[in-house]
Amino acid sequence: MFNPFTLYNKTILITGASSGIGKSTAIECSKLGANVVIVGRNEERLKDTFDKLLGENNKMFVSDLNNNDLMLNLIKMIPALDGIVHSAGIQKTMPFQFINKEKINDVFSINFVVPIILTQQILKRKKLNTNASIVFISSIDGTINTHIGNSIYSASKGAVLSITKSLALELSYKKIRVNAILPAMTETPLINNVNYTQEQLKQEMDLFPLKRFAKPEEIAYAIIYFLSDASSFTTGSSLIIDGGFTLK
Amino acid sequence: MTIENFISDFSEQFESTDKSEFTKDTYFKDLTEWSSLVALLELAMIEENYGVQVSAEEMRNSKTIQDLYTIIQSKQ
Repeated sequence: MFNPFTLYNKTILITGASSGIGKSTAIECSKLGANVVIVGRNEERLKDTFDKLLGENNKMFVSDLNNNDLMLNLIKMIPALDGIVHSAGIQKTMPFQFINKEKINDVFSINFVVPIILTQQILKRKKLNTNASIVFISSIDGTINTHIGNSIYSASKGAVLSITKSLALELSYKKIRVNAILPAMTETPLINNVNYTQEQLKQEMDLFPLKRFAKPEEIAYAIIYFLSDASSFTTGSSLIIDGGFTLK
Repeated sequence: MTIENFISDFSEQFESTDKSEFTKDTYFKDLTEWSSLVALLELAMIEENYGVQVSAEEMRNSKTIQDLYTIIQSKQ
């Protein structure tokens, strides 16, 4: 059956695959025929993702990409890639008056520096095939709007979208495409934050025209579009997936 | 750490409410200036000044400043 979204025989690296959007993306990519290479910090949870993958050619690596040596070691071990999904990310809620250098560095390191250096090192070591697709996870926060207490997270996600465009332009000569997803609140561990009560999350949900948050697979399907040949003329683009939240 | 210091730290997150409004028995969510932003400021202040993380849920279940102080003490 004709399926322009197939990932058959494509090898896709997915970071942050032990939970949330990364986990769902890994599982859905494997269902579409991809050979998935998953990376995460928590072995037990990463193994749980790995056990849910379809196919025989998947690989899993427990690694902390924030550690440069571990990152370089990982790049040596992975096969040549047709796609990268940068879904590792953190969120810290803190009012602006309480931010400091250390907190900025923590958030920027994981949300911005690690995905960028990982991409750069993979390119440098020629592990990215012609026609490969790179997908960054930005956010509606920092690109379209923002939330109280979310200044650093927003800034990091804004930076991710900016560099998506620059990379798309610079890598076009290699026929490598670079795109970003801009999700709103998604049902993942990241939103179960001690700074919000269940009641506040429910109030936030009511602000969404579709009256709910995204399911992780609803983000994964858009990532799959960017990874597949269905989007072969799409680069430097971003897609808002927010149940209509930013319409109001 | 004393309750007096905590009351003072707590009151500093407010802009216009008079200091005299704050005692250990103040029902802080009844103060007109109370908002979700002030709640976030208090949580961040507690983490920075007292080194413990109080959740929004724990704050929701607290009525007085003393209630919050008791939670912080239990975590230290």
